[in-house]
Amino acid sequence: MAKFQLKINGKTQTVDVDPNTPILWVLRDHLNLVGTKYGCGIAACGACTIHLNGVAVRSCSLPVSSIGTGSITTIEGLSQNADHVLQKAWEEHDVPQCGYCQAGQIMSAAALLKRKPKPSDKDIEDAMNGNLCRCGTYLRIKEAIKTASKNL
Amino acid sequence: MSSSIPSYNRRKFLKATGIAGGGLLLNFSWLAGQALTPQELAAMPAEWFELNSFVKIAANGAVTLYSANPEFGSNVKTSMPMILADELNVDWQKVTVEQADFFPKRFNRQFTGGSQGIRQGWKPLRTAGATARQMLHEAAAQNWSVPVAEISSANGMLHHKNSGKSASFGEMASLAATLPVPKNVQLKKESEFSIIGKSKKNVDLKNIITGKPLFGIDHKVPGMLYAMIVHPPAFGMRLKSVDAASVKLMPGIKDVFPIKIMNEEYLRNFFDTATFIEMVAIVGNSTWEVMQAKKNLNATWEVAPDTTFKMAGFQGNSTTQTIPGGLESTEGHRKVFEEMRKKPGNILRKDGNPEEAFSKASKIIERTYTAPFLAHNTMEPVNCFAHVTKDKALIYGPTQAPEFIVGTIADRLGMPKENIQINLARMGGGFGLRAYSHHMVEAAVISQKVGAPIKMLYTREDDMTYGIYRPTYTATYRAALDQQNNLLALHVKAGGIPESPLHQNRFPAGAIDNYLAEGWEKSSNITIGAFRAPRSNFIASAEQSFLDELAEAMGKDPIAFRLELLNRAMTNPVGKNNDYDAKRYASVLELVREKSNWNSPSDAGNHKGVSAYFCHNSYVAEVVETSLKNNKLVVEKVVAAVDCGIVVNPDAAINMAEGGIVDGVGNALFGELSFNEGIPDKKNFDQYKMIRQKEAPRKIEVHFVNNGKEPTGLGEPLFPPVFAALANSLYKATGKRFYEQPFLPQLKANEIAV
Repeated sequence: MAKFQLKINGKTQTVDVDPNTPILWVLRDHLNLVGTKYGCGIAACGACTIHLNGVAVRSCSLPVSSIGTGSITTIEGLSQNADHVLQKAWEEHDVPQCGYCQAGQIMSAAALLKRKPKPSDKDIEDAMNGNLCRCGTYLRIKEAIKTASKNL
Repeated sequence: MSSSIPSYNRRKFLKATGIAGGGLLLNFSWLAGQALTPQELAAMPAEWFELNSFVKIAANGAVTLYSANPEFGSNVKTSMPMILADELNVDWQKVTVEQADFFPKRFNRQFTGGSQGIRQGWKPLRTAGATARQMLHEAAAQNWSVPVAEISSANGMLHHKNSGKSASFGEMASLAATLPVPKNVQLKKESEFSIIGKSKKNVDLKNIITGKPLFGIDHKVPGMLYAMIVHPPAFGMRLKSVDAASVKLMPGIKDVFPIKIMNEEYLRNFFDTATFIEMVAIVGNSTWEVMQAKKNLNATWEVAPDTTFKMAGFQGNSTTQTIPGGLESTEGHRKVFEEMRKKPGNILRKDGNPEEAFSKASKIIERTYTAPFLAHNTMEPVNCFAHVTKDKALIYGPTQAPEFIVGTIADRLGMPKENIQINLARMGGGFGLRAYSHHMVEAAVISQKVGAPIKMLYTREDDMTYGIYRPTYTATYRAALDQQNNLLALHVKAGGIPESPLHQNRFPAGAIDNYLAEGWEKSSNITIGAFRAPRSNFIASAEQSFLDELAEAMGKDPIAFRLELLNRAMTNPVGKNNDYDAKRYASVLELVREKSNWNSPSDAGNHKGVSAYFCHNSYVAEVVETSLKNNKLVVEKVVAAVDCGIVVNPDAAINMAEGGIVDGVGNALFGELSFNEGIPDKKNFDQYKMIRQKEAPRKIEVHFVNNGKEPTGLGEPLFPPVFAALANSLYKATGKRFYEQPFLPQLKANEIAV
């Protein structure tokens, strides 16, 4: 066990965990931030996507010891009042079915728009291809990202 | 108002009770089982009046509707309350929907599956809403001393035109709750609907996009421990021994022990499917620590012999089921297919004299289709929370069918059913898998053993390898043609491991004079279960691919040929028990022909394929359009025509339809689980290819037949036709027929990238 000071959603939090613990489980089990989801544990489905210094990363494969002073954003910290341009677009297009993968989808999309505010269809496909949606809401996800991009 | 009086037996679920105080709220899983925040508590009205099991109205006019069915993404939690709210005449904006707990005394059918939620909920929900509305009308009439017939209501307000009086539902709720439940209530006409047919957003939308705890996997209570299971590495194996000491001293580990989820003598029900009755449980302080112990556990496994168990039949009888021992492989399954194709099957339906017709044929077309086992791969892996104390059990987790597991839990824990409370979590996907809730028993047994609340989680690898798959199937279709290429007879022989995919009374039965359907099945220790449109999801692909090839051999347009057959079934049906409405079937084909511009040339480089199927009470026709630019397959467009009667929540219905189509394209191209000596060849998403953003169709159009018929379901019917529509389109694009699912290997062999 070791103590880590983590900057999460603008707040510094201390946890005492095995240094190899993926940040996903630190968020979920130790900090009650359960919006970030477990899907595969091998960075193959995107359900656990968070931002590390504004870049989309798969939290299931990132040990807490590797975070250092990096700044983490989770779905809970994406906006104050569910008013991130992507969250609004997700509402407009009523994207989710079961909803389980959607936090990861939104976090991947948010990192894309930060990097590329006017993404092409191909940019969207490339950026979102790592996020599985078993319900098959891919077309709505793509449309919602385009709407968000327009509203930026 | 129409004067129709529903025949539905309301006594079962309608009981008016006035309940004072917010204490009642504690019984309900507000926001999916999470405790109320102080803000939420403050916003709660002091008094609620429950008009029946589904409707609660507060003195301040707030309306709560209970959604009885478990939600796995098909929108029942929004669409079903919409039906009720419409009859109630309430403002949808003021409605809060709460997931009801499993409560069989109050709710008739808390089951999500078979695309039946909307269809079977239609009358009861309308009746519940209309009954509550009527009681509010009567309360207002009593209060204002006017005839009840003069009361009207809209948007949660009651009005009396002559006196100009009006009041909110909340003002009359306490009086209404004391009134007798009316015997007869009037339901609205379709033209009077104000909520049904108007798109409403998913009631959980905001919670989903902000990452609120909604799912079983998100649940946590003070003192809760984390649990995982270790199951045998192969189908056909069982636990021999476990060396608990091998991991018991690892950090954070509390306990390691074998669990048994059912006793040998337990009379199982149809949904008690569980692959491994004995497993090892590891319990600890955190998910990660338990995962580490799981990797290091020393357990030995052995090949299991044949085993038997007793299963209750639907008519109260019971049968003995045998699970064969041994380690099965896909190669062996292929050999079974070959052997069974040579043997006669069980004759399931025979019209005319097919043998004679085949003997007279001048041409016989015979084609064989196959499909592999499929894993459901819900995004949320199997998990469950359980807190078992001396005489009570609280279970919270994903299940499509709590009623089919409550007895199993009770039996295993040695408690009466009444002491088992199952609360329903929003599910991260279901697709049929969660009709089998063995995980609830596992969690309960673990909690009972450690004497603490626990949350059990399967890793993705556990989830993908423990079974309850879509079966592997094969079907051989034969057609007899005369010299003029007229169809003389059709013969289908289909089977699977371990069940046959045939629906022998479905189209094209009823449209062909000489028809023979044979089925067979071969048992297996690889467990199977419902998977989005069970059986239909394969037989539709085989049948609709064959009809396409047959139409070509007969020199006919594929849609015109199907319509010809349907016309025969409509005007002069062959045989009895044809279980489809040929007219509705034809109407979706006609609609898809129009909307896909079937009779006009495709855009340059695009190729159209068609398919149509009827299942789960709904009719669907689809046209898939593919292109192969630079030898890269792109599904350019899918046009679907759907007859599911009245569409309750149109945008959500389109979403569901899109999902079914994407799922179909994905499984047709990629879906496959093979076995070697009982071991599944794929364990996680790096190996099991699922459809992703890049492979999804570029465009999907969904068109509904507007016929005012009572609504039927949508979760499943869009899925089965996709496979053949895609195969038929690929034939146009490549000149090759696709007989074996998934299609990816054949595409690769033809140097086509996906």
